[in-house]
Amino acid sequence: MSDPKPKVAFYWCSSCGGCEESIVDLAEDILKVVAAVDIVYWPVALDFKKKDLEAMPDGSIAVAFINGGIRMSEQEEMARLLRRKAQLVVAHGACAHLGGIPGLANFWNKETIFRTVYHTTVSTDNPDGIEPQLETVLDGKILTLPKFWDTVHPLNDVIDVDYYLPGCAPHRDLIMNAVTAILEGKLPPKGSVLAPNTSCCDECSRNKTKPEKLVIKEIKRPYEVILDPEKCFLAQGLICMGPATRGGCGERCIEGNMPCRGCMGPTDQVHDQGAKFLSALASILDANDEKDIERIVGSIDDPAGTFYRFSLPSSLLRRKKMEAVR
Amino acid sequence: MNQENFEPRLVGFLCNWCSYTGADLAGTARMTYAPNLRIIRVMCTGRVDPQFVLKAFREGADGVLISGCHLGDCHYQEGNYKTLRRHRLLARVLEQFGIEKERFRLEWVSASEGLKFQQVCDDFTERIRKLGPLNFGGNGEGRHV
Repeated sequence: MSDPKPKVAFYWCSSCGGCEESIVDLAEDILKVVAAVDIVYWPVALDFKKKDLEAMPDGSIAVAFINGGIRMSEQEEMARLLRRKAQLVVAHGACAHLGGIPGLANFWNKETIFRTVYHTTVSTDNPDGIEPQLETVLDGKILTLPKFWDTVHPLNDVIDVDYYLPGCAPHRDLIMNAVTAILEGKLPPKGSVLAPNTSCCDECSRNKTKPEKLVIKEIKRPYEVILDPEKCFLAQGLICMGPATRGGCGERCIEGNMPCRGCMGPTDQVHDQGAKFLSALASILDANDEKDIERIVGSIDDPAGTFYRFSLPSSLLRRKKMEAVR
Repeated sequence: MNQENFEPRLVGFLCNWCSYTGADLAGTARMTYAPNLRIIRVMCTGRVDPQFVLKAFREGADGVLISGCHLGDCHYQEGNYKTLRRHRLLARVLEQFGIEKERFRLEWVSASEGLKFQQVCDDFTERIRKLGPLNFGGNGEGRHV
């Protein structure tokens, strides 16, 4: 035990579990990781409890990978605890990095989400109209639940984050590069996103099919057309977030013949991915007449949700105005 | 701030070649108009990144004006056409964020239209005054920034 292996923790907050899966998807490479580190906390796979984590000395974990956004009080508490115990914190995946798909709930608030989920959906069977309570007394004992917030936050809203592993879920090469860099101590400056700082289009295999002057006459959705398996999606009139999205994802969507949805977030030069994509898309719309412009713009279904699909909680506006949520 | 003593805070992105010169003309001609617009000169309205508009709203603007050359008169040929498309699309997105489309205005004011600049400033200020403060700070429970 003269040279103990570095300790690693994994945790999930508001996410789907895909990022946990991305660790398992390292396949045989996970054996290299397991050989090099001690996994001391990983609730989804190993039976450690919060009290085990609390008992560890502060700073004793080399790196904590936290995925998921911060949606509830319990997640903030766990993020803070892990921050205290770990020397490095990596925001693992789009939700911890940007807020992710669950962050689209920032177009609503707690009240409207609860109303839909616990009262109005067709499949809801809740005759007494019961909603989750912070405290419930049962047989003389008090049961508690975490507090559900109005707003989803990216991880760096509640704790200091050292590195970001982007993607939904992060590509295995990015994870392996990050783990290798941490083990070898060859890390970039704090705050870096551990992926190339170039756009998705830059590495897209369809880039060469992009016409000299790219213009869109009609916006189409993937279900409305038969997708050409080789041609640039924008040239086919489909919304592809590639121009405003960071590369390094391994082009998994493009290879599956689906346009980029923007999970890698913006490059370092951009604050607001949605605004930047909006700007690019408007530039290539082939209309100069006001009526034509309004018709094409009006044909885009849910523009804010499309442009901010993964990045709403980390965008400039972060959420819908509270007073405007109905 | 209550509705009665509310003074709208407006941000205006004016292009160098037409609207900024038009604003200058309104000034040198000693026209009086509402002092609420904070003017930022850009070389072309096509330079106005939608991020600038979002940032203005986030930092407390009650309204944002983009003003440039009339269509067909852009110093850079088609910058204002791009702005027109961006404005229409961004206005839709802003509505989804709960920011009324009246708060984001696009106007064409030429270098000789000092009078129009005066009218736009007065009209925009009055409309936003009626609409009230935007207060885009209300970001809900559990916000930690």
